[in-house]
Amino acid sequence: MQGVARSAVFPHRHLLGIEGLSPKDVDHVLDLADGYVELNRQTEKKRSLLRGRTIINCFFENSTRTRTSFEVAGKRLGGDVINMSVAASSMHKGETLVDTAMTLNAMHPDVLIVRHPESGAVQLLSEKLDCAVINAGDGSHEHPTQALLDALTIRRRKGRLGGLTVAICGDVLHSRVARSNIALLNTMGARVRVVAPSTLLPAEIERLGVEVFHDMGRGLEGVDIVMMLRLQSERMHGAFVPSTREYFYFFGLDYEKLRAAKPDALIMHPGPMNRGVEIGSEVADDIDRSLIRQQVEMGVAVRMACLEILTRDLGNGPPLQ
Amino acid sequence: MNRLLFRHARLLDPESGLDRCGDLLVEGDRIAAIGGDLPAADAELVDADGLCLAPGLVDMRVQLREPGAEHMESIETAGRAAAAGGVTTMVALPNTDPPVDDVSVVEFVARRAREVKLAKVHTYAAATKGLAGRDLAEMGLLAASGALGFTDGVKAVSDALVMRRVLAYARTFDLLVLQHPEEPSLAGAGEVTEGETATRLGLPAITPAAEVIMIERDLRLVEITGARYHVAHVSTGAGVEAIRGAKAQGLPVTCDTAPPYFTLNETAVGDYRTFAKLSPPLRSEWDRRAVVEGLRDGTIDAIASDHAPWDQDSKRLPFSSAAYGIVGLETLLPLALELYHNGHMPLLDLMRRLTSNPAALLRLPAGRLAPGTPADLVLFDPDAPWRISTDDFRSKSKNAPFDGRPVQGRVRRTVVDGRTIFRTEG
Repeated sequence: MQGVARSAVFPHRHLLGIEGLSPKDVDHVLDLADGYVELNRQTEKKRSLLRGRTIINCFFENSTRTRTSFEVAGKRLGGDVINMSVAASSMHKGETLVDTAMTLNAMHPDVLIVRHPESGAVQLLSEKLDCAVINAGDGSHEHPTQALLDALTIRRRKGRLGGLTVAICGDVLHSRVARSNIALLNTMGARVRVVAPSTLLPAEIERLGVEVFHDMGRGLEGVDIVMMLRLQSERMHGAFVPSTREYFYFFGLDYEKLRAAKPDALIMHPGPMNRGVEIGSEVADDIDRSLIRQQVEMGVAVRMACLEILTRDLGNGPPLQ
Repeated sequence: MNRLLFRHARLLDPESGLDRCGDLLVEGDRIAAIGGDLPAADAELVDADGLCLAPGLVDMRVQLREPGAEHMESIETAGRAAAAGGVTTMVALPNTDPPVDDVSVVEFVARRAREVKLAKVHTYAAATKGLAGRDLAEMGLLAASGALGFTDGVKAVSDALVMRRVLAYARTFDLLVLQHPEEPSLAGAGEVTEGETATRLGLPAITPAAEVIMIERDLRLVEITGARYHVAHVSTGAGVEAIRGAKAQGLPVTCDTAPPYFTLNETAVGDYRTFAKLSPPLRSEWDRRAVVEGLRDGTIDAIASDHAPWDQDSKRLPFSSAAYGIVGLETLLPLALELYHNGHMPLLDLMRRLTSNPAALLRLPAGRLAPGTPADLVLFDPDAPWRISTDDFRSKSKNAPFDGRPVQGRVRRTVVDGRTIFRTEG
């Protein structure tokens, strides 16, 4: 890669997924993010590490939380952050993804943060760009910064990731968060379970290194962490599950089901939550057990760490062809 | 008169079982004689020492893109690709724009093929009007104008009642019906075969059962109607098994497969390689082996290229948006020869799947090496090693997952009606 040296500490040019990261890579991001958590709690949060850097938030799919989180992270590090909602612009004029990539490339961004509704689309983009690319979610494939922020959240509360048992519950079939978390937790030596009705599990999921359960009582037995997944509304009413009522009865998280988990088990959710569908309000809002708000806080810190790491060794990019 | 003498070739005629060294004389557009030392007289002499001479390949499944999408392929560029691949007869799917659901389009294709004068081109016609899966196309008239069979192309005729009527109506005129074997309501939005690869990549998946469900439904309809039924590109073990059973039962059923289904498995999709996006999708290794076995034991009658040209803009997209299919005319022979080189099939058996079998089930006077038959020939070196290079394809589109693959077997000369349409030096 001309003009772009890869750091020995984090030997990747892009962050496209958790798959391919080593335990050392993950620890490196989390260690750095730990520091940013403290910074973000100060009154003066601004750094100038990314001064002069251009970061483009390129979202081909609606998102408020992730986009804002990246924007805050970029700005706190002193970078210029531009938000592009591509869903509303050129894709509708028939421009292909590769054309869009070429156009953006000509503007010399340093980091492109991309979310796209199709699995693999972010990787395709990264192959056509000279800058670093962060995958902010591609289809049902990966959402690496979500898994990293979940890991940071767990590590700060439990002191470790290795040896923990984590249950990921709900719509695993369509979830990029689940795939990234399965990869990360396995990499770090945690034991992973998935709990869901068969209609929401992809084929041969056990080949990814998880234990499969179809029953919350058994699936949550003795776990340290319960990760709930969002159930998209278009999948609730007959397509994959018969009704929200039935789903909550068998797979929604409440204190009754949580009793099977360890007494100090913690609850996570990537948001936005469907209260009363996959998670009951009393559990979601339990300040002793629920980490849901901390996850959002860790999100900014993890994204700052990722931005720092990927821009650290960026030289001046190659000239335009 | 044009005279061409092939000297000392290994003559392969799957139909008669001929496999021996000898000479073959072409006079005009016919094979004039086959024998020992034929007199050269004034004939052009072709030294075929160490080379195989066989009937030209009959490729029963290609997409031509003309009319309608000539920027991806045309009858002329496909003809050149066919010539380079040793294909002397190809049969086009009706999924053009306009589709082949009208006599005028059948005649257009025939006229263009006559003008281009490369490989012979035939076409299937739509089973239903506009390939819409509802109303019967004018099958009788289309057949009379030259359509070789009836199919909705890359789509299955999904409605069981419509399919029953297509088969029953085809039976009336003793026509062949070809089906894309996939139950669309089960395949849904799926793009790759269900399994670990799909799960890892987070791609919408299709259960391989979607194939056998469609085949078994159709076989019941064949029982009712008695129509001649052909399953295109069989790709699963269960599908092969269903057809094996139907043949044992005596139903008028045939099938083909295409090289990707016996040379690749689902892992070829790798990191979202859209060149490996096919319909039906690449299957598990178990299914791939079952397809090889189906070819070996004769359950699978034919190998077709399933040539599906797409320009860069159709493939250089996120996986879900990319088009289905790969080009195959120029790689049909070397990829099929892998079955011979790997010891799965004798050479003559393999050539039967590429020549006389498809010709017979399409009722074409092709695929034979006998005096008096059309001089449609392929001369090839069965062992010559080379690497596939998609850049060298004559086809206007280069979409194939085989770039760089080492293969054995190279076409040296292709002859159609006595005319040499392709030649290369050894």
